[in-house]
Amino acid sequence: MANTYELIASSTVGSGGAASIDFTSIPSTYTDLVVKFSVRNSAGATWGTLTLNGSSSNWSLKNLYGDGSSTGSQSQTVNTFTVMQNNTGDTANTFTNSEFYIPNYAGSNYKSISYEQTRENNATAAYIYLHALLWSDTAAINQVTLNAITNNFAQYSTAYLYGVKSS
Amino acid sequence: MTRPTRIEIDCSTGIESIIELTDAEVAQMQADAELAAERKAEEDAAAEALADLKASAKAKLVAGTPLTEAEANTLVL
Repeated sequence: MANTYELIASSTVGSGGAASIDFTSIPSTYTDLVVKFSVRNSAGATWGTLTLNGSSSNWSLKNLYGDGSSTGSQSQTVNTFTVMQNNTGDTANTFTNSEFYIPNYAGSNYKSISYEQTRENNATAAYIYLHALLWSDTAAINQVTLNAITNNFAQYSTAYLYGVKSS
Repeated sequence: MTRPTRIEIDCSTGIESIIELTDAEVAQMQADAELAAERKAEEDAAAEALADLKASAKAKLVAGTPLTEAEANTLVL
C-alpha cells in the first residue's frame, strides 16, 4: 500500500484562461500517480476530457452517480473519457473537484484507475460521480492532460500531480 | 482573434509554458467536444429510461399486474 505522496508538479490557471493543462515527461520512478484538479469552465461547457499519453481511446468504465434528485449507474466503453467541470450556469466561484488514482502507472499492463468528482452547486442540481475505469493500453503513462475542450478552464482552476511510492 | 492557449508543465524540469494551440489541436478540441456531447446525451437517455422503468414498475405493483424483468431489476438489488 502506498504510503508516501510527493508533489511532482502543479498549475493554476491565470486570468487569460487555458484550453488544457498538460503534465508531460512524468517520471516513472513512483509506484502510483494521483491527479487532483479543481476546474471551472469559462463559459457554459459541462464536459471536459482527460487523456493519457495523448491518447483518447480504449476507455471502459463503470460508475455510480447522483445528481441531487436521482441516482444511477452506468457501464460504458468510450473512446473519450469525459470529466465534469463547473460552468457559468452554476453558482459563482464554485468548481468541480476531482481525483484520479492511477496505480502501477509505469507498468506494462492495462491501467485500472479510480476516479471521483464532485460538482459543487448551491442548487438542487449538484453532481457526484464515482468511477472504476480501465484504460486498455500497455504503455507506461508519461503524460496526463486535462482538456476543457470547449472554451477555457477559468482563472483559478488548479491541477496537482502527485507521485506515490510504496516504500 | 486570440488563439486559445494551453498550459504545459514539463515534469522533468518543472518548467511551465503557455503555448498557443495549433490548428490541429483546435480541430481535435472540436472533435472532443462533439464526443463529449454524445456521451452526455447517452447519460441523459439512460437516466430517463431508468426513471421511466421505475415509474412503470411502481404503477404495475400498485395495480397488481405483472412486471417485466427489466422493471423488476429496478426494484431488486
